[in-house]
Amino acid sequence: MRTIIRGLGELCITAGLIVMLFVTYELWGTGRYTQAQQTRLGDELQKDWRKVTTERVKLGKGLATIRIPRFGKDYNYVIIEGVDREDLRKGPGHYPGTALPGQVGNFVVSGHRTTYSAPFNRLGELDRGDKILIDTRDTQYVYQVTDRAIVKPSATEVTAPVPRHPKRKPTKRMITLTTCHPKYSAAKRMIIFGELASTLPRVAKT
Amino acid sequence: MYAWIWRRLPGEWPTKTATALGLVIAVAAVFWYMIFPWLEPKLQFDHGVVDRPTPTSSTIPG
Repeated sequence: MRTIIRGLGELCITAGLIVMLFVTYELWGTGRYTQAQQTRLGDELQKDWRKVTTERVKLGKGLATIRIPRFGKDYNYVIIEGVDREDLRKGPGHYPGTALPGQVGNFVVSGHRTTYSAPFNRLGELDRGDKILIDTRDTQYVYQVTDRAIVKPSATEVTAPVPRHPKRKPTKRMITLTTCHPKYSAAKRMIIFGELASTLPRVAKT
Repeated sequence: MYAWIWRRLPGEWPTKTATALGLVIAVAAVFWYMIFPWLEPKLQFDHGVVDRPTPTSSTIPG
């Protein structure tokens, strides 16, 4: 009898340790993977930008970079083309088919709020007027936050060319960032809306 | 369970400790590199994307 109880106790402790290891993996291990991918994609993007090409960006490849001054000057992620699970593990992803940076319509980017380096962890801190800088090959697009909303996961109208009005024809150049809400949950989505404020030539990294 | 394993490890206590440590690291590595990556997408609690606008595919986790 005693052996059985002791064995059960040992099993429970072991299970607890494994769960702790799993939490470490989720919160830290997955971020390490994203960091490695970001470094690789960032180098690839810099190299690509030096070449002259009109080819479209392939799924899973770097499309642009995003910087948000409010999150500090080190905040810099490569946006990946695609929002499948594998794409979002590498960093924030652009919804294929939505507008490209600077185009009329809606440039929709989705990212993890927790795990996988959590690029959109602090999206809730953004206020109206905060800048979102999107760098592409030749141009830096400066978007300004106009609104924030919490919606159901089924609210696809936020990704429409005119956000929330799927039928209307777009005239403005919008950006929409989506992430999960609340943190560590999949119950809702947090959405940040922004509009293009200015366009500058991109300053090459030295 | 652990007492049973301990008794079966060969050698004196320093050898035993070293072997036990090696075993723990090996088990942790199997979990970290094989089991967790497989388990993680199934338990994913962090969905960043809204459902796809296209009706062909339903929820895409993110």
